Amino acid sequence: MSIMHLDIVSAEEEIFSGNVKNIIAAAMMGEVGIYPKHTPMITPLKPGEVKIITEEDEEQLFFISGGVIEVQPDIVTVLADTAIRGQDLDEARAAEAKKRAEEALANKSDNIDAAKALAELAQAAAQLKMIETIRKKGK
Amino acid sequence: MSGGKEIKGQISSIKNTQKITKAMEMVAASKMKKAQGRMSSARPYAEMIKNVVGHLASAHPEYKHPFLVKRDSVKRVGLIIISSDRGLCGGLNTNLFKQALKQINEWNKNSIEVDVCAIGSKAEKFFKRLNVNLVAQVSQLGDSPEINDVIGPIKIMLDNFIEGNIDELHLAENKFINTMSQEPGLNHLLPTVPNKEDDLSHHWDYIYEPDSKSVIDNLLIRYIESLVYQGIVENVACEMSARMVAMKSASDNASDLIDELQLVYNKARQASITQELSEIVAGAAAV
Repeated sequence: MSIMHLDIVSAEEEIFSGNVKNIIAAAMMGEVGIYPKHTPMITPLKPGEVKIITEEDEEQLFFISGGVIEVQPDIVTVLADTAIRGQDLDEARAAEAKKRAEEALANKSDNIDAAKALAELAQAAAQLKMIETIRKKGK
Repeated sequence: MSGGKEIKGQISSIKNTQKITKAMEMVAASKMKKAQGRMSSARPYAEMIKNVVGHLASAHPEYKHPFLVKRDSVKRVGLIIISSDRGLCGGLNTNLFKQALKQINEWNKNSIEVDVCAIGSKAEKFFKRLNVNLVAQVSQLGDSPEINDVIGPIKIMLDNFIEGNIDELHLAENKFINTMSQEPGLNHLLPTVPNKEDDLSHHWDYIYEPDSKSVIDNLLIRYIESLVYQGIVENVACEMSARMVAMKSASDNASDLIDELQLVYNKARQASITQELSEIVAGAAAV
């Protein structure tokens, strides 16, 4: 029985890389089973399991929270999402980032951090000055 | 014994500082290893998605995505800047900002306006002081950033691009060369021209499910996200190694300072002993 190469990767790590005989994944339009020499295909995956049968006839299961599967005759790539995606969720994330930018711009008269940093800087400068004078006195 | 006590105090205070910088150096060193590991484990995804996008470009989909189309006139550009959240890492952030600022000035000279998306609180603070248009911001990503955190800000930039508010998108990030050196750089993100593969030049295409538009949309968004995410992970590695180097030199400087002060202290002590002795001798001679 022929085999194909499969890579399952997520943005944060490599999940699986090796030769497999069969892949079953939950694609957007329904479950797909992929054997070697499949026509080139590309489709989004739904959150769910990806079942594979390895070269050694072992069955392995991976859970992915969505992604994309790219099928070439001998190579299959699963680009798994680590984040849970959705139009509304993405929208909410965008709104949040925008709000933070507006907030950051709003309090231009800086916050406690800057005041604290300034105080620390003054202290350090004073310390340096003192070291200098002591050194001069010693010479 | 003039100033003896002050010098002692100084020495002990510098010793305390040195303890802190040494500890920070060691913490940074161990975090750097982890960050480098994270960087290399994020690489396969970036490479895979690059391949897939490359295949897509050499396939012949009937749908042309706006991300792939170059615009004739550029009036407004977007700039994503990746910085660290914390300081004490040498000139890492400053060098990057300098380069970004140079580019922004260049754009302004050609009357191109700039929208900035700041990642990391250093970039936020820096660009808040300047009069730039900050449209999105995210910070406090920590040492192990998640792609979750960057989806929002990137979406804002991508939406702006699709709506035509910005005509180009750039990314300013630090490149990790090795532990000792990091290089700030500007990358062109959009419109993107994926490298086409020659051996796939004959006419072929994928089966797209459900349709080519939604698949390509999805994929290109993830492609840009992965580029930015890769930049962030790389920046963490840069930050840690820059901090390690900075803290090492701070510890070395502290040692030098302590040595010098110790010498000054010894001299002062010796001087006061000599003085006391001569006073006693003079006193005895007078009697």
